[in-house]
Formats: sequence, C-alpha cells, structure tokens
Amino acid sequence: MRDVNFGWLIRYTHAVGASMFFLAVYAHIFRGLYYGSYKSPREVLWFLGVIILLLMMATAFMGYVLVWGQMSFWAATVITNLFSAIPLIGEPVVTWLWGGFAVDNPTLNRFYSLHYLLPFVLVGIVGLHIWALHIPGNNNPLGIDVKGKQDAIPFHPYYTLKDGYAIVIFALVFAMFVFYAPNYLSHPDNYIPANPLQTPPHIVPEWYFLPFYAILRAIPNKFLGVTAMFGSILILFVLPWLDTSRVRSGTFRPLFKWFFWLFVVACLGLGYLGSKPPEGGYVIMARVLTAYYFIHFLIVLPILGLIETPKKLPASISQAVLEPPDQSRGAQPGGAAAAPEKR
Amino acid sequence: MSKRQMVNRTFIASSLLVLAFYFNIANARAAGEEGIKITPQEWSFGGMFGQYEQAQLQRGYKVYKEICATCHSMKFLSYRNLDQPGGPGFSEAQVKTLAAEATVMDGPNGEGEMYERPGRPTDRFVSPFPNDNAARSANGGALPPDLSVIAKARGIPLGVSWYVEPFYWLRDIVTAYEEQGADYVYALLTGYKDAPENVNLAEGMHYNVAFPGHQIAMPSPFSADSVQYDDGTPQTVSQYATDVTAFLMWAAEPHLEDRKKLGFRVILYLLVLAALLYLVKRKVWARIEH
Repeated sequence: MRDVNFGWLIRYTHAVGASMFFLAVYAHIFRGLYYGSYKSPREVLWFLGVIILLLMMATAFMGYVLVWGQMSFWAATVITNLFSAIPLIGEPVVTWLWGGFAVDNPTLNRFYSLHYLLPFVLVGIVGLHIWALHIPGNNNPLGIDVKGKQDAIPFHPYYTLKDGYAIVIFALVFAMFVFYAPNYLSHPDNYIPANPLQTPPHIVPEWYFLPFYAILRAIPNKFLGVTAMFGSILILFVLPWLDTSRVRSGTFRPLFKWFFWLFVVACLGLGYLGSKPPEGGYVIMARVLTAYYFIHFLIVLPILGLIETPKKLPASISQAVLEPPDQSRGAQPGGAAAAPEKR
Repeated sequence: MSKRQMVNRTFIASSLLVLAFYFNIANARAAGEEGIKITPQEWSFGGMFGQYEQAQLQRGYKVYKEICATCHSMKFLSYRNLDQPGGPGFSEAQVKTLAAEATVMDGPNGEGEMYERPGRPTDRFVSPFPNDNAARSANGGALPPDLSVIAKARGIPLGVSWYVEPFYWLRDIVTAYEEQGADYVYALLTGYKDAPENVNLAEGMHYNVAFPGHQIAMPSPFSADSVQYDDGTPQTVSQYATDVTAFLMWAAEPHLEDRKKLGFRVILYLLVLAALLYLVKRKVWARIEH
C-alpha cells in the first residue's frame, strides 16, 4: 500500500474487484431467474453456475479474512462457528477448521492457501460452465429455441462489440470505486488490527453476503438459522423442478413478472436488514422477508406455473424480432417483408 | 408508446427523483445513534480533484510530533515518507534532521548488546512506548490506538431514515466522499465539552460529544497556542485539529493524490472508449434487422 509502486492500485483493484465480481454475478443470476435460463435443457449449466457462486463466496470470504482487521477476524469467528451447528461432529469440525481452539495463525495460513487454490478451481468450473452452455446453446430473452440460421446472428462482430461496450460501462463503475471511493464498500473497522479480546459493536460482512447474513440472524435457533442460510443458496439446485411453468421467459408470464420483482425487492430488503443491528423492527422485517424468500421458491413458483396463463409465444425468434407484435398487427402471417422503415 | 419513448420517460422521471432527493439532503448529515452529530468539514483533499496542502501537512506533522506522539504510535510510517511526492514536502535534509531527533534502539552489536542511536530516514516512526502494556499502564489502563490508518479506521453514522439512505449512499459514491474518518477525527478533537449535569463520568474519563458513549480516556489534547506555528496560521484548537487531521489522512492514504490524478485519466479514457464502442456497435448492428 505504501512502499510498492502502484501497490495501492493493486490492493484497491483486488478489494473492489471482489465486489464487482459479485455485482456482475448477481446481475447474471437474476437475469437467469427472469428468463428461465435454469429450465430444461440447461439444468447442468445452472448447477455449475450455483457451484461457481458457492466457490466464489468461499473465496471472497477467505480473502476478506486475510486482511486480518477486526471485521476479518470476527467474520472468520462467526462463519467458522456456523459449523458447530452440525449435530454431533460440529465442535470437532470447527477445531479442525481453525487448526486450534480459536481463530488464530493456523486459520489464517490455511485460509491463505485456500484463497489462492479456490480461484483455480473456479476457473476450471467456469470452463465447464461454458462447455455446458455450448451443448444446448444460449437461452434468449424470448426463451424459445433457435430454429434455424435466420434466428441467430454471428457472435463476432455483433456481440463482441455490444458486450465490449457494456464491459467498458461496467469498467467505468469499477474505476469510480477504485479511484474515488476505494474504501466505500468496506467497513472502517477493518482498518483496526484484529483483536480477539475486543468484539466490534456490530459485526457485518461485506455487502454481497448481507442478504444471507440477514437470513441467518432472522432465525433464533442456531441450527435452523445455519440451515436456512445454506438452504437459501442450495435451493437454487432444485429450482429447475420447482418452477413448473413450461414457458421459459418471464416476458410471456404476466403473473411471474410481478412475483419476480417482488423477489428482487425481498433480496434487496434482506441485504439492507443484514447491515442493521438485529433488534426490534429489523428482526421482524428480516423474518418476514426470509419467509418470503423461501415462499417464492417453494410455493409461488410451483403454483404459478400451474395457474398462470402465459402470453402467446412467437413462432420463432426471427419473427418476434422482425415483426414485434405491437407493430406488426395486421401484417401478413409469415410475411418476409423485413419492414426496414420500422426500426 | 414506443420503447424509446418509454425509456426516455423512465430516465427523466428517475433523474428528477434523484435530483430532488439530492438537493433535499445535500447538506443534512444529521444526528445519528446516541445523538452524535458530526458535521463534514471542507478538506483540500476531498472530492475528485482533491490534493493535500503541503503547508497544512507540515503543520499537522508538527502538531502530531509535539502533542499526539507523546502517547500515540504511528508504526506504519517511516521518516523517509515525509519527503515523498504527494506528502508534506519536507526536503531530504529536513527529513534527516527530523529523523535524527528521535532515538532508536538498535542492535545487537558485535558484543551482543542493544544500543541507542539517532534515527535515520529509513527508520519507522519511533513509538512512545516499548509495548502495549507499557502504554496502558502509563495511560490509566487505556491503550492509545496507533494512528497510522486512524483516518480510515473511523466512520460517521449517516443517521437518516431508511428510505433516504440509498440516496445518501449514491451521493457519497458520486461525490467521491471518503473523508468520513477525517470528519470523525476532527469532530473528536474539537468535541471536548463539560459533561452535562445528568452524566456521571467514570474516573479518569472525559466528556466528548463525538465519541461513541461520550466518555473518552484521552484528555482534550489541545489548548490555544499549545503548538507554535511559524507561518502565521492562527494557533487555535480548531486549526490544530484541522491540520493534524489532514496529516493523519495523508498518513493513512499517502498515495491519494496519485490515485485521484490517475483516476481522472482512466475515467476520461474509458468515457472516450465507451463513446467510440457505442458508435461502432450502432454502425455494425445497422447491417441487420433487430
């Protein structure tokens, strides 16, 4: 930070980069949830994605511990102690994780090893994720299959340029944080060296863990709290079967749209509550939203697929793109005219 | 309504909403938990083009050296940092003199003995106490925290209702506000007041409006004229607090000037690149119906 040339740039890019990785991945996941990208035939792709999420969470958590500030230390204490909730073998597992009887140097050492090992595993799984993508091919906002050449366009130059533009916009946000608010996403307490004898007034994780932290704290029983927290991610593994709708994309599901946005609001709300002390109205709200989080997956999605009447799907991607329903009303069915003036 | 019209309307509506909130709340960082009220100060190093003021950092170093350093260590800093670019701007010769004022314990020498010598620019700032226990025992049981990164290790509560909080977050990001710690340190240093009647101060504690819980072991460090300024700057408590806070911010973030300068160029570059990519993308996509 002080003595290495551009050390500050490397540090801040690394720290902010973790947040940006999560930002990108969360956006990607919610996009997938909306367009039904988890549905057949893309279940394996979705599983690999959930595994990537779990792995990056572990990596990010361990990286945060390496800073060895107050928040690092106490985050490590809270998270490793979660494993003590496992019946019977909980306590020995925690001792084994720590390499001692408290979070200490051995813990730091092994977290360091894992923090550089896991990203390589992550790269491997990302490779599989892309492989799994190329078997069924991309989903699309319409959620209907590509039926022929006329439904697709070459990746290059169309998507290289479009994505390139999006990446640069994203890099702008990234740069704003790195250069002008590098500590904004972190907690000032983490600049206080780790002190096992002093608990910070509020232990809060980084923002990307806040919703899960809120779920953990919403439930007064430790075992159930831990189960709910891990369950909130593991439930994504069964999502392809919980969603009973045969229509993939949310675009054609009028009711689902509402529930999707309600779910987004619930997740944001949980994130907000995770940053607040667990007391009074905050706990009550956290319980309501935690309940809703699971209700969305376990009750809303299965029922919705059965009772909802989806809108009529377009016959093909090219038809939907070239003759949008609100403009092509009255057009000849299957009309080949591309209507160049209506763009 | 076409898609473009809708996008435009949404954009205008949301911009108006953000602006309305922004002007409403712009200068109202209000009372937070425990009724602590901290007013943000004007800092030369704030904002996107913020830079340190060399003279201020030099005065701040003097205040640190003569007052703070009697109890507080600054273990991450070396004397040589004082002549680095973007810092207080002491000359190399001045740094040698400043370093030599300190006595450093070195060794072991050929006979295996530890010995004392005058400090060199490469030495770390000499701590006032050999260890934490000595520091505690000299300060009535309280440990004076190391000040190396104190300006980043403190924050101030927003203290606003939950429904406007996101707008504050946005404002702090957009205005590159990273002086929370500095604002807190300044408020603390100038926050010593007589305890209100209903407050029972514990023994050896002092009343401070900015400190969480209001009872702080550190006595008020400054009084008027307690440090001699040679450049005619007013020798007041608030001036000392401002100068030493600026110095502490530099100590915590010695490359802030480099960072902000580089950041501006990077963002400019990315903006131009984004504009070009957008135009190329439009041009290429115009070849197909979409």
